[in-house]
Amino acid sequence: MKAISVTEPVVETRSVTGSIICRTSASIMVPFILLWGLYVLIHGALGPGGGFQAGVILAAGFILHTAAFGLKETKKILPVKLVMVMASTGPLIYVGMGILAIIFGGNFLEYGALPLGHSPAEASKYGIEIVEVGIGLTVMAIMVSIFYDIALRKKVE
Amino acid sequence: MITDHLSVLIIAVGLLGAFFTPIIGLIRKEMCSLWASFIILLQFLISIFLLYQVIIAGNISYWLGGWEPPWGIEYAVDLLNAFVLVIVAGICFSVSIYGRKSLGFEVPDKELPLYTLYILLTTGMLGIVVTGDIFNLYVFLEIGSLAAYALIAMGGRHSLTASFNYMIMGTVSASFILLGIGYLYVMTGTLNMADISALLPSLYGRPVILVAIALLVVGLSIKTALFPLHTWLPDAYTHAPSAVSAVLSGTFTKVGIYALIRVMFTVISPSYVIETVPVMSILSWVAAIGILAGSLLAIAQYDIKRMLAYSSVSQIGYIFLGIGMANKLAMTGGILHILSHSLMKVGLFMVAGAIIYRTGIRNIYQLKGMGKKMPYTMAAFVIGALSMIGIPPTIGFASKFYLAWGALGAGEWVFVVVILLSSLLTAVYFWRIFENAFFGVHEDIKKDEAPISMLLPILAFAVITVLLGLLASLPIGIIEQWVTGVLP
Repeated sequence: MKAISVTEPVVETRSVTGSIICRTSASIMVPFILLWGLYVLIHGALGPGGGFQAGVILAAGFILHTAAFGLKETKKILPVKLVMVMASTGPLIYVGMGILAIIFGGNFLEYGALPLGHSPAEASKYGIEIVEVGIGLTVMAIMVSIFYDIALRKKVE
Repeated sequence: MITDHLSVLIIAVGLLGAFFTPIIGLIRKEMCSLWASFIILLQFLISIFLLYQVIIAGNISYWLGGWEPPWGIEYAVDLLNAFVLVIVAGICFSVSIYGRKSLGFEVPDKELPLYTLYILLTTGMLGIVVTGDIFNLYVFLEIGSLAAYALIAMGGRHSLTASFNYMIMGTVSASFILLGIGYLYVMTGTLNMADISALLPSLYGRPVILVAIALLVVGLSIKTALFPLHTWLPDAYTHAPSAVSAVLSGTFTKVGIYALIRVMFTVISPSYVIETVPVMSILSWVAAIGILAGSLLAIAQYDIKRMLAYSSVSQIGYIFLGIGMANKLAMTGGILHILSHSLMKVGLFMVAGAIIYRTGIRNIYQLKGMGKKMPYTMAAFVIGALSMIGIPPTIGFASKFYLAWGALGAGEWVFVVVILLSSLLTAVYFWRIFENAFFGVHEDIKKDEAPISMLLPILAFAVITVLLGLLASLPIGIIEQWVTGVLP
């Protein structure tokens, strides 16, 4: 529940940043973590990986960024509202692909019917790829929003 | 043609609508409830069209992704599915109109998560009903349940505990259901309902099947709040926002009952659960105890929503009684009671919500003069209560009549006595409200009726309760046709 209600005005906690070592190593690692996340995402259909794993890796990148530079900085890159839109875009892509398949004359989620690639098999591959991107987006957004909610929680007396 | 895809579109529209809600909410918060009503109206229209299609052209089978059934997921719609679909979608739609004011009052400033979850709950329930794949059924059951836990938790302070209790019970029940499905899968190697029922007969001697049936029955009984397993229900319904209690009482438990009927009579053959293993007669005796216990507990309550919740426990017993007796008449009565109890209980919960909206009163003994203050709302309450007691010409009378008739036909005199006794007990606990609301007030009380968007659904339910009571042959015809096809 909390994960979705991130737009509520919450008390801003004091900005905590890591040490110089933490910040320096994070600034090197974060881009590579994100890149690796994208790699896992794209190779989900053929190799090991997929939307779920990629989403978690991408979210881990942002969480490391928060640990090093503080919540304020991360929220500049990934505002709460954007996270929410991303979280709901994922399922929309998934269902949208299903409905697109109907529009192109197949059954629901019949990727083979989509006009992608040269053969139905290739169309299936790309169709699943697009769905994986949707899954990755949602998983990442939900992980980040859970993290935001915990980080922004008011102190419990 | 788009009409070939309706059985999956009813789910796809819901999912699209649900996940579009936060985006709409970010632009304009007030639009969320309208959007939810619009999406659920679409689902309602699709469900009506599906029922029409099934009546005209016979059963519908839809292959997701174009994969043939034993391998792929199949959406199979027959008369029972379509009938329950219309009930669920119709009730969710009317309550979403009612909820605009009621939820706005009881759960202020939470439109985004609220309506997303509301559409997800509706979609989850419709998914349980529409699917022909037993694992898909479990997935939708979880979608619906998770949405229900969160919706209940929005009711304020006490609702958190209630929701947590429900979550524990619900998770236990979901584990039982999953284990039961797992055993069936291990034995047959398939998850398609029709395929399982074709493969099962050769395996009926095996103890694993017995374990699977036991797990499924107990799991679904917790979800439907059959008497000794009902403990989560009163707290959840009392503390949830009124509109949410209305939807849950009217549809969620009914969908669980639908799942039980589907598993027992379609997946596992009726002759096995009636004759070889007496699952059905055990269920009917438990239900008979539940009917009386629920009514007695309802008499002891003074909170109006809590009383209605215990009354739900008793009324769910009626449905189980009808299914448990498993003869054609009683079964028809039981399934008809799904419809009638949904109509009456949703109406009554909406009235309770309207009273809370206007006055904040929940205690029955403080309702003095409510008949003058909110005359139309209370009139609808009286009609719902009369239907609950089983007075003609309401739909409640029709279903109870069939139940009693079926019990007489089966020679189960105890059940006839239970039905009559419980009707009297129902009259007792509703009479307390009548007495307080309508009698013993002489001073002038200013009329202060509920707002029109709340009053309309309430009155609509009252009218439909009576109308369907007069035209009871319509639903009975559909149900009898299905029952005749299933029972030997």
